[in-house]
Amino acid sequence: MADQGKPKLALYWASSCGGCEIAVLAIHEKILDVAAAFDVVFWPCVMDFKVADVEAMPDGSIDVCLFNGAIRNDENAHMAHLLRRKSKVLVAYGSCAMEGCIPGLANFTDREHMMQFIYHDSPSTYNPEGIEPQTHTEVPEGVLTLPAFWNTVRTLDQIVPVDYYLPGCPPEAKWTEAAVNAILSGQLPPPGSVIGMDVTVCDECPRTRHEKKIKRFYRPYEIVPDPDTCLLEQGLFCAGIATRAGCGALCPQVNMGCRGCYGPNEGVVDGGAKLISALGSVLDANTPEEIDAILDTLPDPAGYFYRFGLARSLLQRTRLAQEDGHKVAVPFEEVPRLDPSLKD
Amino acid sequence: MSAPILQRITIDPITRLEGHGKIEIFLDAAGEVANVYFQIPELRGFEVFCLGRPAEEMPRITNRICGVCPEAHHMAAAKALDMLFHADPPPAGKKLRELFYSAFYVTDHTTHFYALGGPDFVVGPDAPKAERNILGVVAKVGLEAGMKVINTRKYNHEVIKIIGGRAIHPVAALPGGMSKAINEEERQFIEKVARDNVEFALWSLEVFDQIVLKNSAYVDLILSDGYTQRVYYMGLVDANNHVNFYDGMVRVVGPDGAEFVKYAPHEYTEHIAEHVEPYSYLKYPYLRRIGWKGFVDGPDSGMYCATPLSRLNAADGMATPRAQEAYEKFYATLGGKPVHHTLATHWARLIELLYAAERMLELATDPEITSPNVRTIPTETPTWGVGTVEAPRGTLTHHYETDERGILTKVNLIVGTTNNFAPITLSIKKAAQAVIHNGVVNDGILNMVEMAFRSYDPCFSCATHSLPGQMPLEVIVRDADGNIVDRRTQNIAR
Repeated sequence: MADQGKPKLALYWASSCGGCEIAVLAIHEKILDVAAAFDVVFWPCVMDFKVADVEAMPDGSIDVCLFNGAIRNDENAHMAHLLRRKSKVLVAYGSCAMEGCIPGLANFTDREHMMQFIYHDSPSTYNPEGIEPQTHTEVPEGVLTLPAFWNTVRTLDQIVPVDYYLPGCPPEAKWTEAAVNAILSGQLPPPGSVIGMDVTVCDECPRTRHEKKIKRFYRPYEIVPDPDTCLLEQGLFCAGIATRAGCGALCPQVNMGCRGCYGPNEGVVDGGAKLISALGSVLDANTPEEIDAILDTLPDPAGYFYRFGLARSLLQRTRLAQEDGHKVAVPFEEVPRLDPSLKD
Repeated sequence: MSAPILQRITIDPITRLEGHGKIEIFLDAAGEVANVYFQIPELRGFEVFCLGRPAEEMPRITNRICGVCPEAHHMAAAKALDMLFHADPPPAGKKLRELFYSAFYVTDHTTHFYALGGPDFVVGPDAPKAERNILGVVAKVGLEAGMKVINTRKYNHEVIKIIGGRAIHPVAALPGGMSKAINEEERQFIEKVARDNVEFALWSLEVFDQIVLKNSAYVDLILSDGYTQRVYYMGLVDANNHVNFYDGMVRVVGPDGAEFVKYAPHEYTEHIAEHVEPYSYLKYPYLRRIGWKGFVDGPDSGMYCATPLSRLNAADGMATPRAQEAYEKFYATLGGKPVHHTLATHWARLIELLYAAERMLELATDPEITSPNVRTIPTETPTWGVGTVEAPRGTLTHHYETDERGILTKVNLIVGTTNNFAPITLSIKKAAQAVIHNGVVNDGILNMVEMAFRSYDPCFSCATHSLPGQMPLEVIVRDADGNIVDRRTQNIAR
């Protein structure tokens, strides 16, 4: 372990909303225990360091790094490689780092569409000269630079190997505490594990299930649900049946369906596919036509099934282009331009 | 013909970090500030990837724009949906939302004053850097006082969870109201928290009075030219032109304090336009009728501010009695309306804290607040809607359009801090011009820029929400060939 006897801890955010940082602080007074037990060597949100300090550390000298946020530009990737190289244990903290989270829905569109709307078509934008942000801009005084924005949102483990995962948007404080305690006691699970529970949100949900099947879905604004009965059985979409427990079923307790922020259970390759198959068991349908009729009452299935997990799912985009009079698929080419000195 | 550029100064909150903003200061051959650029290198594209989603999901999607103020996005989205689905929430539903939102304001303003902006004053701008943080504040005002701060945050987060379902990224707001009412037991807890909040806010104003206002050096600093700019001010107001965080009309006053325009949120595109520069992903909102005139202040520039100070300037008063008293004292002390001193924003924030606490108590003791009737079920075809609330960092607007099934076809967002992008740039420029002369760059630039920046509580990145109350800054001075000739850091090296 570290020279002073205390393990060295780093926390980092890449493309994220800041909620994971607040979530770490939500362990309240126990944060003082963390400060006492660890030598915090890098935490940009809360303490003051520079990247050069990390670059100067020997490889593997950080014992544990909690990394939140997705990877969607060159700098995010640079930091992922840097912290991987410097850390013995790298933890994907929260939904963005683990599976792309809601901002990963951007993988349903692309950079070109974003630029077109935000800088040209938005009703409040006034841009008669058609300006778009550039990675290099010449101004009278010199050249200004911006990092290149990727077409695709990536999860942390699509960029570098990850040792552990802490799910949730954001992770509940008790699991952050559990992770900290596991690190301190040396009782870490096998590498690759998710730190949490391996049952579903339904197992934590106080609502009653009657194994009832449904004829249609309702939109959340259409009905006032019974407070004690399973929301799904009342026709309200709830991802709890195929979502990892650990949150305490908070959303269903205020009459709102789960949206799956804790991601799928152990061994599930594609959370959306698992959710579809789990939902199949509650549909009151015997024929493909009846199934279609029920699913027609659920708008935007892709946005529901892959709300948090699109970036790490098996769904990969292609672009359709015209060639010799018919459409052909053109894959998105995205080769992250990484600092060669940081390649593993 | 301007002088050739001699030096280039780069201020990165933390070198190479994404989404944290970057400041470039160029000096001319005489060593005076030639120009300043403030860049935001972040884009996530919510306006585009939300298309095709069911509109009612937006309160649960857009709160991921910001994990620091998810409550603001949750509310703006819900209000846009009320209009889009033609479903006005029942009175108890509206009150419950405003109660939730008031608790959020208490925790957010508390965090800023004690952990982020306040240490500059409470501990003192000249105090050793190592003491200018929350721990320094606790040392100055006492451990018991520090516990007041921690508990205020903790209990108000509990209130947010009771009403919103979760403490971070709440879920309970729907088109037409809220998904769950509160019971009497919950109400009693919330009332107790609200009473403590009022005491806490009054005590905070007293702390400010004792430490800042009774120190003429601090008052002189607030009134100094480097922190003064005359711009337009924006804020939501109620029917009496009093400050309101949750609902009302958007009112804009000019640099002379007179009303420039008052409009309903759904008319925002007639009044607000956004300018694009190639060196930043973030756009620059301005008053459309006046026009974009670059980074200059005054009545001919469309630049406006949307901050606690702006809200006070844009209103005629506060809707609760003690906050109104504090409001009157504020303007009597600072020489009448409007106040153009950006550092006075810290004081304005505490007056808003008191208003939020008083309003929370009013709502928590409202006989209707435990009514089970908190939702209106929409029956009409969805169309379009605009929802505006005052986020702590500025007027927040969500604009949605859908097809007849309520599937989103257009999304436009003007986020709190974005309003202030141009005035923050100007503040940085003024601070730089005030301290950089003859090519001499000293540590003063770090303090000045940081204080100018922090009064806005900007949320471009949560780097500015750093707990020690210090934004880590690095200044690199390069010669015309890009060689580093000087490097100064503040709070960066360990």
